Amino acid sequence: MCGIVGIYLKTKKFEKNLGKMLSGMLNNMESRGPDSAGFAIYKDEAKKVYKFSLCINDLNFNKFKKEISKKLKKAKFTQISDHVVLKTLEQPKKVIEIINSNFPKVSIVGYGRSIEIFKQVGNPKDVVKKFKLDSFSGTHGIGHTRMATESAITTDGSHPYSTGEDECLVHNGSLSNHNNLRRELTKKGNTFNSENDTEVAAGYISNSLSNNKSLKDTLTSGLKDLDGFYTFITGTRKGFAVVRDEIACKPAVIAETKNYVAIASEFQAMAHLPGVNSAKIFEPEPGIVYSWGK
Amino acid sequence: MKLDLKKKKLREINNTLQNLDSKKNDRDFVIINPEGSHALCAGLDQEMKVLIKGHVGYYCAGMNQKAHVTIDGNVGTGVAENMMSGTVHVKGNASQSAGATAHGGLLVIDGDASSRCGISMKGIDIVVKGSVGHMSAFMAQSGTMLVCGDAGEALGDSLYETDIFVKGSVKSLGADCIEKKMEKKHLNKISALLKKSEIKNIKPDSFKRYGSARKLYNFNIDNVSSY
Repeated sequence: MCGIVGIYLKTKKFEKNLGKMLSGMLNNMESRGPDSAGFAIYKDEAKKVYKFSLCINDLNFNKFKKEISKKLKKAKFTQISDHVVLKTLEQPKKVIEIINSNFPKVSIVGYGRSIEIFKQVGNPKDVVKKFKLDSFSGTHGIGHTRMATESAITTDGSHPYSTGEDECLVHNGSLSNHNNLRRELTKKGNTFNSENDTEVAAGYISNSLSNNKSLKDTLTSGLKDLDGFYTFITGTRKGFAVVRDEIACKPAVIAETKNYVAIASEFQAMAHLPGVNSAKIFEPEPGIVYSWGK
Repeated sequence: MKLDLKKKKLREINNTLQNLDSKKNDRDFVIINPEGSHALCAGLDQEMKVLIKGHVGYYCAGMNQKAHVTIDGNVGTGVAENMMSGTVHVKGNASQSAGATAHGGLLVIDGDASSRCGISMKGIDIVVKGSVGHMSAFMAQSGTMLVCGDAGEALGDSLYETDIFVKGSVKSLGADCIEKKMEKKHLNKISALLKKSEIKNIKPDSFKRYGSARKLYNFNIDNVSSY
């Protein structure tokens, strides 16, 4: 099962309401995935600042802040529940190194100049409330409600997966060749934090993008390299793309208006969106990459 | 009678429609605010007219008998699945497996139907004014599928005795599905279906006919690669 949702704003009209629109979409996909939920929100930020979305688990926030501030000067922190968004001018490599070697309990959920990611186990309605998704503004967002199948119900097993700067992936389906692919990607230098198949697909995409392939070409070659059944929504700083495997047994429906493009596993997820009843509504065709962005 | 899904629960509305007093004459219903609900109008078994205003979710009008259901919007997976009789008219697009395993009645889709339209159909007539996706009429057993647009890959794979008529192009034919000669009786069948679904300006002889080569009915070692 699992539910996936995404929304990309083509105009500025709904930027302040992005969080509200996305939270409604996630709430309506509870029936497809009651085990965990997560979302990624993209918003324009100052060019030199990097944002790190961290899950601090049961660490005390003030203690963590104090400790890491000793190693990272001038960092800024925003705490929402067990997640912290850390803003810094330092380069990602250094920050990741500091976190990984000093704070084994902290997981880096994602990082970039635009992305913020929050994910946790529990019912989507509770997760959305806990992370105050309603209050977010932004340009585009992606979300996931999980019905766990091939790996455990944990934060690390929740989507979205982010394996590169400002990149993320949500997935409805299952991959059968992820173990082989994980080994191949590990040899190429990718690191993985879970046994989850989607994380491997995210790693595959990041690896290809870092070799200067376009998102469209990456997803097109993914149709050959990723064996399984899936609908993917993958986000980048500029927008998002959607692709379904060629058998296309995993659902997806797209609604496009002059102000936004929304995608979800079921129409139910977007029934609350403004003007959706007069939107152009269609099902993405199998094996074709659809993308929207700046 | 107007039924509002914002005011009444799905189950309540389905219950009302499934348990109409057989002596009651008010058999005209309008459902508003469906908002993608699943299984709306499933299991109706009496003569009645239902108009759904808006987009619906999965299995709309499934197992229908005798009722005439119109959806002024798009439908999700499995519209009119296992229909026995009556009509279902979709004014927008349909998702996958439209009319799956249905035994009878008429399903008309004004837009496109996606993959596996008419999978395992057993007697229903399906008319699609747009195109159908891949694996349509897979293992189709009887009934008729009329497609005014194009058909995707593997049309009619492993089919039995369903007649398939396509006006546009067919991306590829499935195993044991071949183009067949159009005879007078087929043209009559097409005319009747076009009339029933209120399609004008399309000539019956502009369609091509596809059916079973009947080579895979029984296991034959020579055909093993096709199974």
